[in-house]
Amino acid sequence: MSRVHDMGGRFGDGPVDPEDNATFEKEWHKRALAMTVAAGAAGAWNIDSSRHMRELLGSKDYGRFSYYEKWMAALADLLVDRGLVTEEELKAGRGDGVSEMAHKTLRAENVQAVLAKGSPYVREGAPPSFAVGDRVKTRRPARNETFDGGHTRQPGYSAGASGEIVIYHGAHVFPDSHGHYQGEAAQPLYAVRFTARELWGAEASEHDEVVLDMWESYLEATS
Amino acid sequence: MPHDHHDHDHPHALLPPEPALRVRALETILTDKGLIDPAALDEIIDTYQNQIGPKNGATVVAKMWMDEAFRQEMLSDPMPSLEEMGLYGRQGEHMVFLENSDTVHNLVVCTLCSCYPWPLLGIPPGWFKSDAYRARVVREPRKVLAEFGVEVPETTKVRVWDSTAEIRYLVVPQRPKGSEGLSEQELAALVTRDSMIGTGLAKEPQS
Repeated sequence: MSRVHDMGGRFGDGPVDPEDNATFEKEWHKRALAMTVAAGAAGAWNIDSSRHMRELLGSKDYGRFSYYEKWMAALADLLVDRGLVTEEELKAGRGDGVSEMAHKTLRAENVQAVLAKGSPYVREGAPPSFAVGDRVKTRRPARNETFDGGHTRQPGYSAGASGEIVIYHGAHVFPDSHGHYQGEAAQPLYAVRFTARELWGAEASEHDEVVLDMWESYLEATS
Repeated sequence: MPHDHHDHDHPHALLPPEPALRVRALETILTDKGLIDPAALDEIIDTYQNQIGPKNGATVVAKMWMDEAFRQEMLSDPMPSLEEMGLYGRQGEHMVFLENSDTVHNLVVCTLCSCYPWPLLGIPPGWFKSDAYRARVVREPRKVLAEFGVEVPETTKVRVWDSTAEIRYLVVPQRPKGSEGLSEQELAALVTRDSMIGTGLAKEPQS
């Protein structure tokens, strides 16, 4: 059911390199980040659909692309998918005329204000069905219930696990809907604590825990 | 609606394969179309390269160590004060602070992508975005911590937070021994980026 980005728990990646420290390793990384942020101003996509476009990269591309190459590939794919740029323009390497969305473009003088404004995801929504301390079980399989292979923020490693609600965060925009331009469909969001042994078995430390944020429809009550 | 493509018919395959050229081609196209202002890109880069970074988070942590009322606020309802301090913004709209103690060591990851509290820590370092960190830290956090030179006692609970939503978590490291009597500014200098992700500890003051 899973896609390549859903890698929590995977074996075979080798050690973490703490010396791989740089925020921007190459000059073009800065441009890639800035362009992605700036191009979002057209309002043609949202954070969930842009994440999903990165997830839709083929597993071979996902594996061989560096981090900002994934961003650039997904940005090109989003621009075409949302009709802002044509395939012919990508091929030609130049734009054919000014976009009708150009009036929305982020100008240098507005950058500080836009970044500082943020984009909160809490909404008025249904009251929560669970309370802190409740025992819950996550749905299995972890998948988008509406779109086959669609966007979800439930990692595969958490599927079917039992845990306990530790924080109620309020109702938040639901990525499984928003990522497909089907509305914000806000749902109660909780931090749910699992023992490491529940997720990974007896090899894990008896003391350790993993906490994940889970939307209400990812959860069912359990004893 | 986004849908699967074979690798060869993803539109991105139409751009030059070399990454730096690919970025330049996209920037040219978007500039031609009036969809980006190159000067705005410079401004965004300047913001995240020179203005916003781990010093912001360190200021908050040091203040939490010094000021009990502020600490309580950060633990219960941090957003109003963060906004007042100019520490609110994109990718930091919903902050939760996690205090380390003798009994719990907190550690933050985003296994699905690379969620990170930009207004408090800036843009994440390479290792935070690496497959190895994302894949392993939820399953074997103590081994990953050892790779960072951090040893957590067996009886101390390691609690890993996987940022699956728009909540952004920041670890408040334990205040180091020997830091009594330091000013807030001196304390902030002990708070490293890694200590606020959980892969490091606060530095000990030099005597």
